[in-house]
Amino acid sequence: MSEVRYTDQHEWIRLDGDEATVGITKYAAESLGDVVFVELPASGKAVAAGGEAAVVESVKAASDIYAPAGGTVTLANSALESAPSKVNEDPEGEGWFFKLKLSNKDEFAKLMDAAAYAKFLESL
Amino acid sequence: MRYLPLTTDDRRAMLAKIGAPDVDALFRDVPNSAVVPLSAFNLPDTQGEMEVDRGMSKMAARNVAAGAAPFFCGAGAYKHHVPSAVDHLIQRSEFLTSYTPYQPEIAQGTLQYLFEFQTQVALLTGMEVANASLYDGSTATAEAVLMAQRITKRGKAILSGGLHPHYAETVETVAGLFGPVERTKVTPGSAEDIIALIDEQTACVVVQSPDVFGLIRNLRPIAEAAHAKGALLIAVVTEIVSLGLLEPPGAQGADIVAAEGQSIGNGLNFGGPYVGLFATREKFLRQMPGRLCGETVDAEGRRGFVLTLSTREQHIRREKATSNICTNSGLCTLAFTIHLSLLGEDGLTRLARLNHAKASALADKLAALPGVELVTGAFFNEFTVKLPKAAAPVVDALAKKGVIAGVPASRLLPREKSAEGLLILAATETNTDEDFDALVAALKEAI
Amino acid sequence: MSMNNQGRPSSIDKGSAGEAFPASIATISGDRGLDHEEALIFELGHGATGVDLPDVQISEARLGGSRRSGAIGLPGLSEPEVIRHYVRLSRKNYAIDSGLYPLGSCTMKHNPRLNEKMARLPGFGDLHPLAPQSTTQGALEVISALMNWLTTLTGMPAVAMSPKAGAHGELCGLLAIRAAIAARGENRKRILVPESAHGTNPATAAFAGFTVDEVPAKPNGRVDAEALKAKLGPDVAAIMLTNPNTCGLFEGEIVDIAKAVHEAGAYFYCDGANFNAIAGKVRPGDLGIDAMHINLHKTFSTPHGGGGPGAGPVVLSERLAAYAPIPLLVASADGLRLIEDAADAPEGARPFGRMCAFHGQMGMFTRALTYMLSHGRDGVRQASEDAVLSANYILASLKDVMSAPFGDGPCMHEALFDDSFLEGTGVTTLDFAKAMIDEGYHPMTMYFPLVVHGAMLIEPTESESKHSLDRFIHVLHTLATEAKAKKTERFAGAPHLAPRRRLDETAAARKPVLRWKPDPLKAAAE
Repeated sequence: MSEVRYTDQHEWIRLDGDEATVGITKYAAESLGDVVFVELPASGKAVAAGGEAAVVESVKAASDIYAPAGGTVTLANSALESAPSKVNEDPEGEGWFFKLKLSNKDEFAKLMDAAAYAKFLESL
Repeated sequence: MRYLPLTTDDRRAMLAKIGAPDVDALFRDVPNSAVVPLSAFNLPDTQGEMEVDRGMSKMAARNVAAGAAPFFCGAGAYKHHVPSAVDHLIQRSEFLTSYTPYQPEIAQGTLQYLFEFQTQVALLTGMEVANASLYDGSTATAEAVLMAQRITKRGKAILSGGLHPHYAETVETVAGLFGPVERTKVTPGSAEDIIALIDEQTACVVVQSPDVFGLIRNLRPIAEAAHAKGALLIAVVTEIVSLGLLEPPGAQGADIVAAEGQSIGNGLNFGGPYVGLFATREKFLRQMPGRLCGETVDAEGRRGFVLTLSTREQHIRREKATSNICTNSGLCTLAFTIHLSLLGEDGLTRLARLNHAKASALADKLAALPGVELVTGAFFNEFTVKLPKAAAPVVDALAKKGVIAGVPASRLLPREKSAEGLLILAATETNTDEDFDALVAALKEAI
Repeated sequence: MSMNNQGRPSSIDKGSAGEAFPASIATISGDRGLDHEEALIFELGHGATGVDLPDVQISEARLGGSRRSGAIGLPGLSEPEVIRHYVRLSRKNYAIDSGLYPLGSCTMKHNPRLNEKMARLPGFGDLHPLAPQSTTQGALEVISALMNWLTTLTGMPAVAMSPKAGAHGELCGLLAIRAAIAARGENRKRILVPESAHGTNPATAAFAGFTVDEVPAKPNGRVDAEALKAKLGPDVAAIMLTNPNTCGLFEGEIVDIAKAVHEAGAYFYCDGANFNAIAGKVRPGDLGIDAMHINLHKTFSTPHGGGGPGAGPVVLSERLAAYAPIPLLVASADGLRLIEDAADAPEGARPFGRMCAFHGQMGMFTRALTYMLSHGRDGVRQASEDAVLSANYILASLKDVMSAPFGDGPCMHEALFDDSFLEGTGVTTLDFAKAMIDEGYHPMTMYFPLVVHGAMLIEPTESESKHSLDRFIHVLHTLATEAKAKKTERFAGAPHLAPRRRLDETAAARKPVLRWKPDPLKAAAE
């Protein structure tokens, strides 16, 4: 049973057992515009909660993607390197960025759930 | 004032529309104390075109133009013949008075020539990709070192002693902030042992060929040694015409080529504006500084060009940009690309051979003078000779006789005792036999 | 009857005009009247040459075994073909000489042709940077005269001439600040930059090894002086402020800010991109500024040339003057003299290094000095006033239909609008700007500054007549009125009438094609 949480920087994180998958939300993908390039973290890279983990670029914008929770990168979605459009087409599915082994699940638990994130979006 | 279209009546009518009593009311946010009267500026008033022309021409007449004397200066800037068509074309209003091509629908002219320019630079240097130019060769070299530091995540840069000293100082000033910059010993006319200095902390080795003394360097072994230690080879070319005759750096294993493009299409201009050429391997594309033009299609499927990959640049990445550079050398790239189009393959190779033949002939004549020793064995159109006395006063003495004899090495390396007797001379297609005779006669007398 | 007795149709009313020739019909050539399609130079080459050079043979003896083995791959064309190629390309460009160019923050003013002529005098254009200094005294005199103009207009004691563009000047200024801080034995790493700043400011700060701390703007478009003061501290090296700022507004609290910055031991860098609004009227030195670059290609009208070359001399205060980079220009007994080595610097000078080879953008210096001598101090002042007057005229004439985010106050040399007037119309800032292309205008600066939503920044400069401004205002007023009435056909997919429709920038970035390559099939056939 997987759970999804969200950050106020518009990343989503889905936890399956010990491993979490991270991507950017539909809202973020839409505001960036057509994604043309992603820079992914190497496997084994340690990231802190809120630390820079990846980069996403559209034609006129570039954003850092922060790790929603701390841990070690176990896998990056290398399919995005040749097909960055997946981030626009399926941001919360095939357009995921990287997988993390979390070092502290409490950090995950503190993030917004879907309802809270929806409310957060309304407040923007 | 002839450049200002508004009349007094216009200004009055516009102020009325705005609802302001006078123009000073529009400056109301400026603290009163900060607005100064015209008399605060001890400067002249408006002048007509004729008066300005007269004043400027008077200053110009106090200089000795390269074309007005037997002339042999090089060392990073070269006197070449630029076909008349070049200057005519770059002065077309649509090129001269347009902005950076941010609106591609109405800037295809600029964009297409940039695309052609990038292709020409990649071909000449033997590299995979080139950008739309940087300020000049020296700043391009500094940018190349910074790029190597980013790619390798190492700090140290090793500069060949044959790198133009102004280039070396520019690199030290900028890249020195991010890691140690070491210069090898200066060895005029021979290659220093730079390979021994490359270690696991080295981001890059920077080697100029032909070097500042004119020596053609073999880059292959240096590239191999650098790559073996995970470092990059940056090749610097200050005389781009040389690539019409010499093996390009790309074929010798260079990872980045930083070059000065002044020799093609651009005048001497007392040092600027020039055009920095910058080329690299495709795998380093994302780390490359500067503007890039790319091919695409428009809404009707027609081929067109746009500035692209601009997320590397300052206006989007801001403090995370690959460089703070916000321009290219637009009109100088245009001059370069037009001149190179006129030359073509055949013209450039002929020009390069002619330059080498001229320089060889001059080297023979000078080496035959008693006390003069040719220091540079392998060269393109520039070489160094050792005079029996200090070169700087000899150059000054010859200048008084109307011969501009070259660049004394001491001007570039004032702290280097061994440079004192060295004179760096360039000969190009513009030099005649009469020039050579004048130089030889004057030099004979001076030494 | 004799001679020419065959008449030709000469009226356009009946018959001779024929049926309308719809724009959608493809021509045989692909060209459309004066609008020619033009192939790449590589596709046009056919082994001709545009120069006549002797075919000399050379020996290999002095080439060190480094002779090129393969061909380069350059196309060969004759002179007429080359000229036609570039003339055709030129006609696809918008230019100031052909129309109003309202790019805010870029200052597209008239480029006098006398400046071009002066830069090409052989004594300047054909002068080698390392020729003996006794033969270059006139060039040094130009530099010296320009330095005098720049220091006098800015009220600053010193100027570094070598930076090659605005961003290069910023770097020069920050490196001087870095050197001054180091000389005090301090280590200050933080630079405060307002969020409305040009992108070059934070990029330069990072480039010079500093960290960037953003300062928010106030609702009136000015920097939040209180927030800025609160951020000052012993680790702050400098602030970088643009004044007039990128919203086209004067930072009225600048003197206070400068005082606070100096009290905190930091330096005040001013981005001089907008000096053209105040030149000849306000001296930055009087405002407490320590360093400011001057874009000669903006304020002093050296041509933009499709994106350079520029020039960015930096004026320096007493506190920074000693750290100016080499080369330095000094007066000596035998005339003007360039100091090209730090060790030869006069007493007290401690140059931080060198910005580039040689002495800076001489070709731009001659043009800028020609501009200054033509205008004179009175003309420079009048140009600033006219630039501000024209921008305010546009603001006053359009604010009833477009939305000015910062209220009713006057602007400086550029008028800023946001996209709130387009709300609910389906028309975006981009559509609005692209529709201007069909009307014969270059768009204004869009989506900058970032502090305003859908920003449209209009800078008319002093070079436009009232007639030209009125026509421009009429077009924008009508466009805005139509957009608000949801008459959107002019906007959807605009431009329609330019040499190209909108270009696919996404495709360009996803699969970059950055150079021409020979068609492999064709190459194989040959």
